[in-house]
Amino acid sequence: MKKDLVIIGGGPAGLAAAIAAREAGVEELLILERDCRLGGILNQCIHNGFGLHTFKEELTGPEYADRYIGKAKTLGIPYRLNTMVVDLRAEGQQKKLTVMNREEGLYEIEAKAVILAMGCRERTRGALNIPGFRPAGIYSAGTAQRYVNMEGRMPGREVVILGSGDIGLIMARRMTLEGARVKLVAELMPYSGGLKRNIVQCLEDFGIPLRLSHTVVDIKGRDRVEGVTIARVDGNLKPIPGTEEEISCDTLLLSCGLIPENELSQGLGAAMNPVTGGPFVNESLETDKEGVFACGNVLHVHDLVDYVSQEAEAAGRKAAAYLRGGLEGTGRVVSLRAAEGVRYTVPASLDIGRMEEAQTVRFRVGDVYRDAAIEVSCDGRILRSVKKKVLAPGEMEQIILKKQELEAADNPKEIVISVRTQGQGKEA
Amino acid sequence: MYDVIVIGAGVTGCGIARELARYDWKTAVLERASDVCEGTSKANSGIVHAGFDAKPGSLKAKLNVEGSRQMESLSKELDFPFLRNGSLVLCFDEKDIPILHNLLEQGLQNGVEGLEILDREQLKRLEPNISDDAVAALHAPTGGIVCPFGLTIALAENAAVNGVEFHLDTEVQRIEKTSDGYLVYTSRGEFETKVLINAAGVYADRFHNMVSGEKIHIIPRKGEYCLMDKKAGGFVRHTIFQLPTVYGKGVLVTPTVHGNLLTGPTAADIEDKEAVNTTEPGMEELLRRASLSVNGLPVRQVITSFAGLRAHEERGDFIIGEAKDAPGFFDAAGIESPGLTCAPALGRYLAGQVLAYLPAKEKPGFIAARKGIPNMGQASLQERQRLIAENPLYANVVCRCELVTEGEILDAIHRPLGATTLDGIKRRTRAGMGRCQAGFCSPKVVEILARELGKDVGEISKRGEGSRFLTGYLKDSAEASESERCESGKAAE
Repeated sequence: MKKDLVIIGGGPAGLAAAIAAREAGVEELLILERDCRLGGILNQCIHNGFGLHTFKEELTGPEYADRYIGKAKTLGIPYRLNTMVVDLRAEGQQKKLTVMNREEGLYEIEAKAVILAMGCRERTRGALNIPGFRPAGIYSAGTAQRYVNMEGRMPGREVVILGSGDIGLIMARRMTLEGARVKLVAELMPYSGGLKRNIVQCLEDFGIPLRLSHTVVDIKGRDRVEGVTIARVDGNLKPIPGTEEEISCDTLLLSCGLIPENELSQGLGAAMNPVTGGPFVNESLETDKEGVFACGNVLHVHDLVDYVSQEAEAAGRKAAAYLRGGLEGTGRVVSLRAAEGVRYTVPASLDIGRMEEAQTVRFRVGDVYRDAAIEVSCDGRILRSVKKKVLAPGEMEQIILKKQELEAADNPKEIVISVRTQGQGKEA
Repeated sequence: MYDVIVIGAGVTGCGIARELARYDWKTAVLERASDVCEGTSKANSGIVHAGFDAKPGSLKAKLNVEGSRQMESLSKELDFPFLRNGSLVLCFDEKDIPILHNLLEQGLQNGVEGLEILDREQLKRLEPNISDDAVAALHAPTGGIVCPFGLTIALAENAAVNGVEFHLDTEVQRIEKTSDGYLVYTSRGEFETKVLINAAGVYADRFHNMVSGEKIHIIPRKGEYCLMDKKAGGFVRHTIFQLPTVYGKGVLVTPTVHGNLLTGPTAADIEDKEAVNTTEPGMEELLRRASLSVNGLPVRQVITSFAGLRAHEERGDFIIGEAKDAPGFFDAAGIESPGLTCAPALGRYLAGQVLAYLPAKEKPGFIAARKGIPNMGQASLQERQRLIAENPLYANVVCRCELVTEGEILDAIHRPLGATTLDGIKRRTRAGMGRCQAGFCSPKVVEILARELGKDVGEISKRGEGSRFLTGYLKDSAEASESERCESGKAAE
């Protein structure tokens, strides 16, 4: 099978990318989805709050997904469900995918361009190396969410949640509404990893305590979870002896971070950013493998699906431009560097000649800052400084770079984005 | 009335059962867990030891070397993963090099082939990530690695196919001597037998001491392990040991047959025979000691940790054979390392002893070969295509990390001694053993188990009653909405 463009993943990123590519004129394209329906993880996110930026209204996850699924179907974009990409490799400019599904068996697809949109997975108990027994009743928050929202089943009745990532916060509220007792949320860091609005709406509104600088140091129960031990941690995140507290529960949910699923990207040999766990991309969201683009949570973990859609639309447009031969580099490449307080930037480089009039740069900070500023400089010259009341690792930030301002600079080499603390400076 | 009953369906019990199955006895295995391979056999290093550690002339040495020699042909006969990757024993101090020579000498006496001492340069060439502090090593090219679940399940299935009854969820509570054998009281009724074999792992002392005046004492010796992602699997090629101590062969670093990297075990003598929990000090100790062997152990690639209990008899040796004051009661007790390696040879040895006690004829229809579950994740392109042509469900991926398909999961459920639990599926197919640790596939596997076993998903457990995943329905819904469920496996709507 031959295609111009193959999109790996039919979640919010893959759908938006496919729609944008089709609207930009790509006829021969195909979405490959490993699950049994399009929409990805949005299907289990039945809470509202999606789409405020994109549609100026509050939608649930399935409703948000449905708008894109509906559009993809209207545009007649072909897709395959229950279809796993087993292998992805590049042979010259040709990309080769080995895929399999029940109806078509194992076969190869040749594609001129590929968009990576595989999303992410949750960090596990094993990766966190939490000591203790290995009973039933330990779930990632997303797995619990699937049981509750897709299967209508309760994974437990008395719950402790480790990690204050957004899915964990959402599940604290969800399980409480379904009659479970959520005893507390323990967070290793001195600040939450989730959105402020989720802390308020999912914990504070329900009186669920958030214990910052705490972690789970033991899990009890041979067959089913019977309890956990939590302890306060010191500045090096090590549990402080003597602060242990035993909490009886039958369930431990983990919401300790998301990891982009880049096994295919790594198999392809794309250069990876160890900070994001995603590939390095340029302003066109193209990896260092020509014609291979990335967007959404496989590139870097987002908080809001609206930004995933935006990013993915850009990837779709750029892939279409690439297929038209309109993505030739001009050689005027500027690198972007994350400095003090900033952990990474997406993109990591940009070609001034090729960039659009306004280029969104997304990034996260590494700590909580109050009354600080985001400073953008180019080869030592400050381009701008944006004041921020609060900066937190749980909230993705963005700045816009203008083509005009970079064209005005004299042969620019490097743009640096950093956090400038003023007054009280950093909080934690 | 049974002729022979084996207590315990770990690798030792299953190894014995498979050898007993060759004879026309009425044989049963009693296991308290809901599956075979639920105790020490599921939480160990998965090493086939070359056989240089055991004292020359000892039964341990004989069974080890025999077991190691048989493992390759057995792995073909019973279709389980085995790889002869070779092992290295590192020495960190020039003055300890004579100990390596002693080990080599001991190995020669035990009949181990190909042993050699490597100097630092040779070692570094063989294993570039080896610690700079290693000054020399003993190289045992016959050392190997095996899937401990694969071996145990293969032995059990083959025994079952050849007529051995397996009674799972059947806990032995009491044993009474009768005029011509033993009456075994269990959680599921009484079993009468002429011969009783004790392969109960860390509980072997309990059963031995019920019938014998010569008491034994099994001390659970806890070993903690860390398993790393397949991305780290090529970190070392050989199994890397350190010079042994009184607590055993020490912490090793090894690839697994499935391409992960494994390190462990620690060694701590404890009282509680159920304490298979990992501990913070244990993990710290483990990573510290493993880091002595290699440079830059990829600790960030850890995907899971676990602990196992070795059945250490206080005198430090295997106890194999008929108890002196209990005719017809045979022990396979104190089977710690190299117990996994010894299992096939031990089975044959003990079956021979039983044969002398209770003569029997060889079964004419004994089926020696067993075909395992296909492994789509490791199969070649041609093999994958052949399997999919045979059954399209081999193309429907359920576990994305390990590439396990619905076809493999159905095989695991419907074969002899099939899986009934999530852990059972995991150990037979590797579904859930990868980097996401069953986050994505467990709801799907639970659903398939329920469908195939004719149960409700709420009844499906991790490893038997008491370890169910779900605690009921949502407060408003009597049952899950079926209309929303999409048909698994359809590529197009």
